[in-house]
Parts: sequence; C-alpha cells; structure tokens
Amino acid sequence: MRVEIDSQAATSGNSAGQIYLAHLAQLESEAIHIMREVVAEFRNPVLLYSVGKDSSVLLRLAQKAFYPGKLPFPLMHVDTGYKFPEMIQFRDQMAEAVGARLIVRRNEVAIESAMHPNVHGVARCCGALKTTALLEGLGEHGFDAAFGGARRDEEKSRAKERIFSFRDEFGQWDPKNQRPELWQLYNGRIHEGESVRVFPLSNWSELDIWQYIKQENIPIVPLYYAESRMMVERGKHLIPVDDNTMLQDDEVAKPIMSRFRTLGCSPCTGAIRSDATTLDDIIREMTVVTRSERETRLIDHGANSMEDKKKEGYF
Amino acid sequence: MTAETQKSSSYELLRFTTAGSVDDGKSTLIGRLLVDSQGIYEDQLDAARKVQANRGGEGLDLASITDGLHAEQEQGITIDVAYRYFSTPRRKFIIADTPGHEQYTRNMVTGASTADATIILIDARIGIRPQSRRHAYLAHLLGIKHLIVAVNKMDLMGYDENVFNVIREEFGGFCRDLGIKDLCFIPVSALQGDMIAKRGDKLNWYDGQTLLTTLETLEVYKRSQDLMLRFPVQLVNRPRQPEYHDFRGYMGRIESGEVSVGDEVIVLPGCRKTKVKEIVSFDGSMQSARAKQSVTIVLEDEIDISRGDMIVGTTYQPRIEKEIDAYLCWMSEKPLQAGSKYLIKHAARTVKGVVKQLLHSVDVNTLEQNEAVESLGLNGIGRVKIRMQHPIVVDDYDSVRETGGFIVIDIDTNNTVAAGMILQ
Repeated sequence: MRVEIDSQAATSGNSAGQIYLAHLAQLESEAIHIMREVVAEFRNPVLLYSVGKDSSVLLRLAQKAFYPGKLPFPLMHVDTGYKFPEMIQFRDQMAEAVGARLIVRRNEVAIESAMHPNVHGVARCCGALKTTALLEGLGEHGFDAAFGGARRDEEKSRAKERIFSFRDEFGQWDPKNQRPELWQLYNGRIHEGESVRVFPLSNWSELDIWQYIKQENIPIVPLYYAESRMMVERGKHLIPVDDNTMLQDDEVAKPIMSRFRTLGCSPCTGAIRSDATTLDDIIREMTVVTRSERETRLIDHGANSMEDKKKEGYF
Repeated sequence: MTAETQKSSSYELLRFTTAGSVDDGKSTLIGRLLVDSQGIYEDQLDAARKVQANRGGEGLDLASITDGLHAEQEQGITIDVAYRYFSTPRRKFIIADTPGHEQYTRNMVTGASTADATIILIDARIGIRPQSRRHAYLAHLLGIKHLIVAVNKMDLMGYDENVFNVIREEFGGFCRDLGIKDLCFIPVSALQGDMIAKRGDKLNWYDGQTLLTTLETLEVYKRSQDLMLRFPVQLVNRPRQPEYHDFRGYMGRIESGEVSVGDEVIVLPGCRKTKVKEIVSFDGSMQSARAKQSVTIVLEDEIDISRGDMIVGTTYQPRIEKEIDAYLCWMSEKPLQAGSKYLIKHAARTVKGVVKQLLHSVDVNTLEQNEAVESLGLNGIGRVKIRMQHPIVVDDYDSVRETGGFIVIDIDTNNTVAAGMILQ
C-alpha cells in the first residue's frame, strides 16, 4: 500500500501496470493550460504578483506556459507600504530576472494619512490599502483578466470559488451567482467593463506548493526560512517588530527562532516558531504541523471576513 | 497529513464527487474523511466546535467543517460546489462536494464533469430516494466510471446486515440497468467513523474494503486512451525575441494519447499531414509527451494552424462534424428553445450553433423519455441536434471526455447555460 517514488525522477510513475502522471505534474499542466486559455481569450491580462510563495510558483508556471516566449502580460504588485523590505527587494529582482514589466500600485492618499490596522481597524485598512489600490490599478490599465495565486484549501470561502471567477463592473464577486465550470472548458466571455480573476493554483495545497518549489528550485523570499528575529507575542500570534509595530505597554520585543508561513503586511502577519532553515525542513514541518497557514494572518479573523472582503473586490 | 506523505513526493491524483440528499449525511462523511486522514487543521476543528457550541450543541459537528458561506450556516445546507483536498501516502484527492437538493442538479453535473469516481450516499433508515436514482443517472451520463454507494447511518440501524443487503440488491439492479459496470457498496457510519478510514468493530460481517482504501485503489488510468492522440491547439507561440524569429510552436495540452518526435500527425479540420519536429518545454526538449501534459509542439512543415485546430495521430481519427447529436444538461433559469442560437465552446474552439431539434427530454427520476417537448428548463436533461456555423473535431463523449464534451454559452448574457455530451 505504501508507494514510494524517487522524487528526482518523478514526473510519472507506474502503479498496477497503469501509467500515470504524478500529482505535481498534473497540477502544473492544469495551471499552464489555464494560463494559456486566458491569454487566448482575453485582451489585456495581468498577473497579480504578491511576492509570496504562491506568487513565486505562479510566476514560474507563467514562464513555463509561454516558453520560449517571454511573459505575454505584466506583473502588478499592490504595495500597502507595510510590506517587508525583503519582499520589495525580492520583487524587483524577480521581475528583472524574468524580464517582465512590473506595475506597482499604492494608495498614496491612504498611506499618507497613516492608515494603520491597529488604529483604523483591519477591515478599513485592508479596504483602502489593498482593495481600493487593486481595483484602481485594474481599472486604470483596463485589465480584463487578473491571475491570482489563491488556493481553495486556504480558506472556506475560497473553496467555493471558480477557477475563472467572474467579477461585475465594480470588481465584485457574487458567490450565489457563479457560472458553472465544467470539465476544463472555461467560459471567458465578458461584457465591456466586466472582468475575471483567474486562479491557476486553485487545486494546489500548501504542501504541493512546497514540494513544487523544491522540485523546481524556485527562488523564494528568505523570510520563509527560520532565523532568530525580533518578535513580540500578542495573544496567540508572534508579531515581527519593526518600525511599523505599535508596541503596547506590557509588550516586550525579544529574539525568537521563527519563520513566516505566509507573507502579507508586517503589522498583520504573524510568524511561527520554527527551526526550519531549508526547504526539506519546511516540507517536514508541513507534514506534522497542526494549525492552518491562514491562522497567522490577522486579517482573516472575525466571522467570515474573507467572504466579505472578496465580495467587495478583494482577491 | 501524515509523516509518510512527505517521503513520497510523487503520487497519483484522484478526483471524486459526492452526492446525496440534504439529510443523508454527506457533509458529515466529508468531514470524517478529512479528520481521519488528517486533512484538516486543529484551528479549523476549533472553529467547527465553536459553531456547534453557538448552536447550543456539544463537541464537534463534522458537517460544519465544510460549510463555507454565511447563508449555508444559517440554513444548514450546502449551496454550491465546494472543493476539498486531502492526501494519503498513496494519492492526493480532490473532492467536489455538491449539494443534493433538486434545484442544484447543475452543481452535481459540474462536480461530476471532472471526477473519476462518485460516492452516492444513501441513508440506511430511509433507503433509496428518487434523488439517489437521479445521482446515479447523472454520474453515468457524465461518464464517471466508478460508482461507490455508501450506505450511511448504519449505527442508527443497529449495523444490521439485512438493511444493507436490501439496499444493495435494489440499487445495484437499478445501476446495472443504467449500464454502470464498476459499482461497489460499502456500509458506513460517517458520524461514528465506521468503515470510512478505519473498519471499526461493528461491521465485521462486511468483508470489503473501507471507503478510504477503495478510493486509494480504484484504477483510474486507462491504456486504451493512449492510442488516440488528441491535441487541441490553444495558442500559436511566436516569441517576439529576435533569437526566435523563425520559431512557431503550437501550445496545448494533450487530452488523450501520446506523441513523440518524428511521429506522423494530421492537423484537423484541414487534414494536412506532417511530422513532429520538436516537443519544446521550459525544462528542455522532450522526446515524447502524453495525456494531460501541457507542451509546445513544433512541426516539420509550415502549415497554417490557429487556435481551435486539432493535432491527431494517423489512427483512430475523430469525426469532423457540422451537426452534432448530444445530451444537454440545462443550467439556466432561461429555458432552452429549439431554434435558438448559442455559442458552443468545445476543446479550444468557440463557434456559433443553433439548436435545430429537441428530440426528447429525460425525467431524471423515472428515466422516462418525453418526445412531446418544446423546451428544457433549469436542471432539465434532453437530447438535441445542434448545427454549427463551422465544423468541429469531435469524439463520442464515452470514448474521450475532453473532445466529446462542450459547454453552451448564452450569446446575450455570456452565462454558461448548459453542459453537452456528444453521442455517436
């Protein structure tokens, strides 16, 4: 019953005399097929590049899909001003290495008004710095399709989202009125002003992402690897201490061996205690971890907040 | 996620769907599979416990693990297709969790369209319902090869073997009459966990495999498909970089069969013969590629090929048809009218089509055909003749799903209004 296949030679295997394509190869091929459909059927696609591990995989898949050509669409990053400096540096390096055009969108008005989740609340902060910046960016450039790296296993409301997620002219999602999605026949037809969000990684799990990063040797932001970092313990969360951290009276910053499982804005991204300094360590950690990755994102808590944000136009 | 998962970084993928009526315990079954295969995290379990406590209950409500949206938690039913994931050392599983109530038949068809197997739940206390027959019929219509019937809530019937046997006898006969060959029945209690991932100690009279072992060992991959190359061209790759000035590659996914460098191939519908010069990929050129792989093919001769054309082998040719005979599952509030025009998306081609004739509709509860029919409403199933504006390259849905299935799109609203399956 226990099948083990050498990961080095593993694009395929042989089970009970039947040839099959291994799961990572199938997921890869599905994602490439999706990206090509979008380029074939849309006028002006864009890849929402958020610099995290899923975006890194998405970017590699885009390279594979159109090889030997370059990416036939630009990258767009929504910069809230709270992204870790390592992320910004990594983003610029990757865009250059891949030879892609990079568009950076910032809601400067909200950033100048010192919008902060601890002051204005998470919902208002996310709405201004992320959703507004994103919708304005999509609108100004006239993008009619936007790739995102969201996975269905991340969060409950995402489990119900289509691979081609239709958005009305306000960029909003109506979960009760989604188009049926049959076979791998994606309906890319929209009216002027409408758009789709496209999720090529829908069927990937967090473990699949890490196994693929290892298999393909994909560069990732070093924040994913454990090292001793200045942290403050806030409730269940480990919050990184930097210029944006608002330390409360009884809080003390101290060095903790930790890493990030997901990367977002520094005030809202919790770290986990970890000794995983290599990809193998991370994969091993994945197989014994008992908490979900979204737990480290402070923005997801409160009843069904992801569902509400998505309806407003968030990814 | 067990420790063994990590050792084999490569395993098979199995997609299955679950069908059952509102109270058959489908969400509980999926919750049980996720919990027992460690496909769910503790914080997610905590959230499910909290939901149960808020409703005045105690402990863990397995069903609430899979409730996603506000409206579902309010009404206690599943609204839309939800996708779930879990792995065992042997396979990665993708579950399309589809609701059972009648108005959402379209969701079951959606989930079934990509599934290798279907689990139909039957409540042991109630036995076969009209919906059970409908689910079996739809699974069969959508070409699902493996049907697993989980007779649930055995705990509430004292784990009585006779209860199980009566259901197996009756429903087995119905399924075989439909033409379903690969069929198995498993007595389970999703709530107690019997015969799901573990055997438990109450069903010792049953000598078959647990549900999870059955899912792990179903044979999904068919040799026969290897014979028929089907490569719909999604895009023509002509890079703008000067070093690739003369490069012309055809991008697509091999839907069936395999292809090697040097193979003689035919480009349809133009019927031009040529050879495969190169199979290009980011990871280097390949000698051969096969079903489900996305690749870029370079051909020996310069032929005018565009999106929607199909590269096939020299044996087992598909048909080039301007008129198709097909079953439709109608998915829109706005009914199908014979004589109406729609867009048909098939493989990588979208063409206009007119529904010339509605031959009959099928009552999914009795399977009776009604020939005196003029339109198909939401969730209706009917056999139609469609004439296309341009010929399309097709197979029977039963032989190759990917080139035998199509969707129907409303020209005005752009909504997907039907799923179609091409007949001989």
